[in-house]
Amino acid sequence: MKINRITISALLLCATFLYSAAQETGSILIKNGTVITITNGTLENTDVLIEEGKISQIGANLDAGDARVVDAEGMYVMPGIIDAHSHIGLEVVNEASDPNTAMVAVGDAINPLDVSIYRALAGGVTTSHAMHGSANAIGGQCQTIKHRWGDYNPNHYKMEGAPRTIKFALGENPMRVHGENNGIIPKTRMGVEQVFRYYFSEAVKYQDKWENYNGENANAVPPKYDLRLQTMVDILNGDILIHCHSYRADEIMMLMNVLKDFGVEKICFQHVNEGFKIAPELAAFGASASVFADWWDYKFEVYYSTAYNAAILTKNGVTTSINSDSGELIRHLYHEAGKTQKYGGLSDDEALALITINPAKQLGIEERVGSIEEGKDGDIAIFNHHPLSIYAIPQMTIVDGVVRFDIDGDADDMRISIDPEEKFPALYEGSEAEVNCLQDTEFEQVHNH
Amino acid sequence: MIRLFIIALFFCTSGNAIGQQIAKSVDGAFALTNATIETVTGGTIKGTVLIRDGKISAVGKVQIPSDATTIDCSGLIVYPGMIDAGTTLGLQEVGSISLTRDANEVGDITPHMQALTAVNPNSVLIPVTRVSGVTTVLTKPTGGLFPGTASIINLHGYTPDQMHVGDNVIIMNYPSSGRRGRRDSRSEEDVKKAEVKALKKLNDTWEEAVLYARIDKEGGKNAIGYNPAMEALAPATSGDIVVHIEVNKKKDILSALGWIKKNNVNAVLTGVTEGWRVADSIAAAGIPVITGPVLSRPGRSSDRYDTAYKNAGVMSKAGVKVVIRTNNAENVRNLPYNAGFAAAYGMGREEALKAVTINAAEVLGVGNLLGSIEPGKMANLFIADGDIFETKTQVKYLFINGWQIPMESRHTLLYDEFLNREPGLRE
Repeated sequence: MKINRITISALLLCATFLYSAAQETGSILIKNGTVITITNGTLENTDVLIEEGKISQIGANLDAGDARVVDAEGMYVMPGIIDAHSHIGLEVVNEASDPNTAMVAVGDAINPLDVSIYRALAGGVTTSHAMHGSANAIGGQCQTIKHRWGDYNPNHYKMEGAPRTIKFALGENPMRVHGENNGIIPKTRMGVEQVFRYYFSEAVKYQDKWENYNGENANAVPPKYDLRLQTMVDILNGDILIHCHSYRADEIMMLMNVLKDFGVEKICFQHVNEGFKIAPELAAFGASASVFADWWDYKFEVYYSTAYNAAILTKNGVTTSINSDSGELIRHLYHEAGKTQKYGGLSDDEALALITINPAKQLGIEERVGSIEEGKDGDIAIFNHHPLSIYAIPQMTIVDGVVRFDIDGDADDMRISIDPEEKFPALYEGSEAEVNCLQDTEFEQVHNH
Repeated sequence: MIRLFIIALFFCTSGNAIGQQIAKSVDGAFALTNATIETVTGGTIKGTVLIRDGKISAVGKVQIPSDATTIDCSGLIVYPGMIDAGTTLGLQEVGSISLTRDANEVGDITPHMQALTAVNPNSVLIPVTRVSGVTTVLTKPTGGLFPGTASIINLHGYTPDQMHVGDNVIIMNYPSSGRRGRRDSRSEEDVKKAEVKALKKLNDTWEEAVLYARIDKEGGKNAIGYNPAMEALAPATSGDIVVHIEVNKKKDILSALGWIKKNNVNAVLTGVTEGWRVADSIAAAGIPVITGPVLSRPGRSSDRYDTAYKNAGVMSKAGVKVVIRTNNAENVRNLPYNAGFAAAYGMGREEALKAVTINAAEVLGVGNLLGSIEPGKMANLFIADGDIFETKTQVKYLFINGWQIPMESRHTLLYDEFLNREPGLRE
């Protein structure tokens, strides 16, 4: 028995080693920077030592050992920025064929050659939440990725150990794609509610069948395996975090009521433009919110918006992040976070938490990333000015101790031209909408998000 | 009496409670004292700005008139109102709802479509924009070869005419060569054919306008009947109205410069995504540029990640007169941040500030009215507590055409109502 256990442990260790060995890690000493730790204040003239991909020491006059030394005097050193809502690095965003596509996962469609990943790194972003689109009430599973640009293996982008997440969507997008276009529920916000209630109820029954089969009844017939319902069961059991595309206050209240009825506790509302209207209810439920800094008015359900949303949510005790949902915005999330100082007067620490530790919490990876602390991943962004200043320019971005962006080393080989047939990559105008929430549906050109 | 007072109080506050009503503007004489003044054209000075009869009446060390309302600007900075020289503000209300979008009329050659006609003075977007210090915009029709006639509007007024400033401009979208997008699967030959055809259409249209202008000059207009498109375009053939030519690719920019020269057009280039590739040619041609948004992705997948940030600065350093625009509607308020990014990425703060003030005014032909803090100019200005490019900075006061504008918009009113919502959580 004992030997068995040791053997198994050894095998497990070995497997862990093999798995983690797939990810390249590095050692770097960042010297004499102004270190914005996020969770432990801002430290002047401080060194940060990363060894084999992990932050091993924070302090003065640290010994580099074998590590590469980066002089950060006069620079600002902050944790790598985290985007809780993006679609970069994906071949495909929407499986729009059914109001519930819980069985699909964007993690099966990662494109390590998407130049948007490099551009995000050039904006200090080291981790993003690659999301399924918003065509369906219950969309596909999402993937938290680390921006290990230069690695050609799609699987190496998946953040090992990050919790599973799934996309839900309320309001106009699922109503338009399914109700208006295909004449099936949901065509209204009433219908959207019933999609959730139906599938959660089915999941409860499905789980009962399996429990019955796995129980004492030795002669029971095994139920038919259903990946979609199994995924719903995993949500019910808290094994998958919900990230729900949402705008209006009423529909957000609706989903919280549905979740209460089925005992689901964890949810992050995405966009949530009218979150400010029900900030006390969100806080009481323990729901978090991931918002745009100032996007509004691109469709009717965001007409009654305010750029003060993040500040109202934060001041009402809701864990809030600023996201991009855009290959453009993701390049300057530090600037987007700065807008919460104009709109609601958030402090520097509050504003920067919106793009670091808060999105980490929403993705369930706050033990690994989102602040500069000993033991955390060596994910760092270095700026020449305070990152909330308009004059800040990202200088270097480090993932797992590996330099993935260096403004002084921005040689052409750090970007990858995708199409070998193309003589000179084209400049497209107008109709070339960027990857967005309705990509791969017929509405992708109509409006974003 | 007390009851009356309570009722009155209720009506006063209920306006704000629905997050809709914006207070009235106030005019009169104003003295902005103890200010740091970013004049833009005359450096940064300390002193007073006087506003009277809608104009800046004095700047610097001045006697404060007894009838002026004084605003103590200690520790604050007076800036000229920012001008966004390329927007659809007032022409569209909700992006995805087509019946609220008035910028893009049917047809390829519709220069007679007047943006001013469709400006909604009560658009919710207008207060949202102006409280960030943008006081004036060019609002323009979009789509097609000649989509229409754009107008300069102040972001305050109750009719389009009240808002209108300066002369109109004709908008042209220069024929774009090459493919339209990744999914454009036409053959090389078809792409080339389409390019030749589009240029021919432009030249044919222009020739028609030249002919129309000649017939008109010689008194023969009545003989050829009603042709509003040519009526609108004809003044452009003689340089009497400025043409804003939207063009982005390097090849198309060079082609457009040749076309402008050949036809002797009073032109401004707009868009100009790849201006950085041909900055010297644009400078040599002496054609000003309205570029932006600066906060854009690079045009091509092989471009450096920061080409869009640097574009304005590269052109400016090459000697081009550069104006920065947002090319937006609901977030025109981000004009200072577009300028700020350009400033950080090589343009420098001074030039970037000009690019959204005096350069914009001059390129739009209203340099005598707007774009700087100078006596005699229209009183379009704002007062901020810091560098207007920084996101920390708050705009404290706003004046448009001499009116003091309340610092309110849907966004601020919703904040006031919902920061501490009442009733709060119902247990």
